[in-house]
Amino acid sequence: MSVPPILAAREVRVSFGSTVALDGLSFEARRAEVVALIGPNGCGKSTFLRIAAGLLRPDDGEVIVDGATVAGPDPRIGLVFQEPRLLPWRSVADNVTWPLELAGWDRPRRDARLRELIALVGLEGAERVRPSQLSGGMRQRAALARTLALGPEVLLLDEPFSALDALTRERLNLELLRLHADTGTTIVVVTHSIPEAILLADRVVVLTPRPGRVAAEIPIDAPRPRSLERFDAAVVSDAAAEIRRHLELGEAVA
Amino acid sequence: MIAARPRPARWTADAVWPVAAALVAFAIVWQLVVLVGRLPAFILPGPAEVAARFVGAWTDGTMWPHTLTTVSEVVLGFAAGSVAGVVVGYGLARSGLLARLASPYLVAAQAVPILAIAPLLSLWFGTGLLAKVVVCGLIVFFPVAVATMVGVREVDPGLLEVARSLRAARRRILVDVELPAALPVLFGGLRVGVTLAVVGAIVGEWAGPDQGLGVLINLARGSLFDTPLLFATLLTIALLGIVCYGLVVLAERRLVGLR
Repeated sequence: MSVPPILAAREVRVSFGSTVALDGLSFEARRAEVVALIGPNGCGKSTFLRIAAGLLRPDDGEVIVDGATVAGPDPRIGLVFQEPRLLPWRSVADNVTWPLELAGWDRPRRDARLRELIALVGLEGAERVRPSQLSGGMRQRAALARTLALGPEVLLLDEPFSALDALTRERLNLELLRLHADTGTTIVVVTHSIPEAILLADRVVVLTPRPGRVAAEIPIDAPRPRSLERFDAAVVSDAAAEIRRHLELGEAVA
Repeated sequence: MIAARPRPARWTADAVWPVAAALVAFAIVWQLVVLVGRLPAFILPGPAEVAARFVGAWTDGTMWPHTLTTVSEVVLGFAAGSVAGVVVGYGLARSGLLARLASPYLVAAQAVPILAIAPLLSLWFGTGLLAKVVVCGLIVFFPVAVATMVGVREVDPGLLEVARSLRAARRRILVDVELPAALPVLFGGLRVGVTLAVVGAIVGEWAGPDQGLGVLINLARGSLFDTPLLFATLLTIALLGIVCYGLVVLAERRLVGLR
């Protein structure tokens, strides 16, 4: 392809003691693309996101975002954790605008940005509430808004809705699609769920069991905007079968 | 993830009457002990006598200057001890080396009875306010330092990772994450500390000849032979302790109760 990728993992290798977590992971994400990383437990998916977010240094290889190697926490990259990780003593609004505060934005600018973010994640009316008074889904929306506050070019999601009930999870996945359509942010999402990966992603990257490496890249040829009803059953079942085949192949090798 | 916190007790009429009843019962038992034991006032005065002496000592101006002295020692000592405790406790939590180096000395210093070193401190710092503030501060320091250390160590590492991913400066992490997260545990230390501050002030006054409720106890017992005044002074000290504790609890509710 002629357009350089917004995010590129190049031969990323990392080990913890004698355990090799990632062994030469390489893949690319184009601008505004949604890539799902799927793989068995312990294949280093979350580890990769922490490397891409600049929270962990790889032993070898690099992650390049928009032409520059990630060397540490970076405002161009936003990471949503599996848990909301909100500050319990701050209101939703003050949690969402915390990154702006840390970046030195003044109050009027923060307030204006807050209104956009609250609308984007659908938290209208909950601004003054504390996280403990929110449902799990609402908390994760707040966490998503916080990550989006500084307008990252790449959004990394680490099984963001896995702790939620199935219905909430489905709703939030659809909202994530809408958000992607609205903002055009590049998204890399780690998931355990094959249907979730197919619903969200333009491309599903299947990883091998530890040490993690790319087993296959499966494009999902479904038009956007996507919705549950309009999804072509054949596309879903074909893609799911192929993902399963590669996941099981991975297990056989291990 | 966040457990529901039980509502703090409110002082409604329903909550007040058992407390009042217990107080009356306590006074009745006390009076009975005096009556049945035929105890003279210099051994154990009755509650009515103590109450009368308490009111008397407050209205004739005996109690005021002593109480003011003790209160200023408590306030200054508590402030100094708490600030030092928070600073050192934070250092202990964040530096393993400091914790290993300093912990034995801190524990040893805490194990030495403050009563034994109080006279020494007045030798070093004079008989004025400073020596008493030092005694008071020393006794407050330890529980606050330990509570701060435990509170900061228990800060959710996930929140610290978020702060790091947002490139928060060291100072912002301290102010925005570590201190607020440690606050509930820290207040446990402050509650213990503030009651110890009153004890510390009285102990500090024991050796000094000038003013304070500790001095008044010694006067009442040793030279005035006024046991009711001794009890009235103890009552003042107890009330001072309750007020100080209440103020800390009030501050805690304002700062922590909102979560």
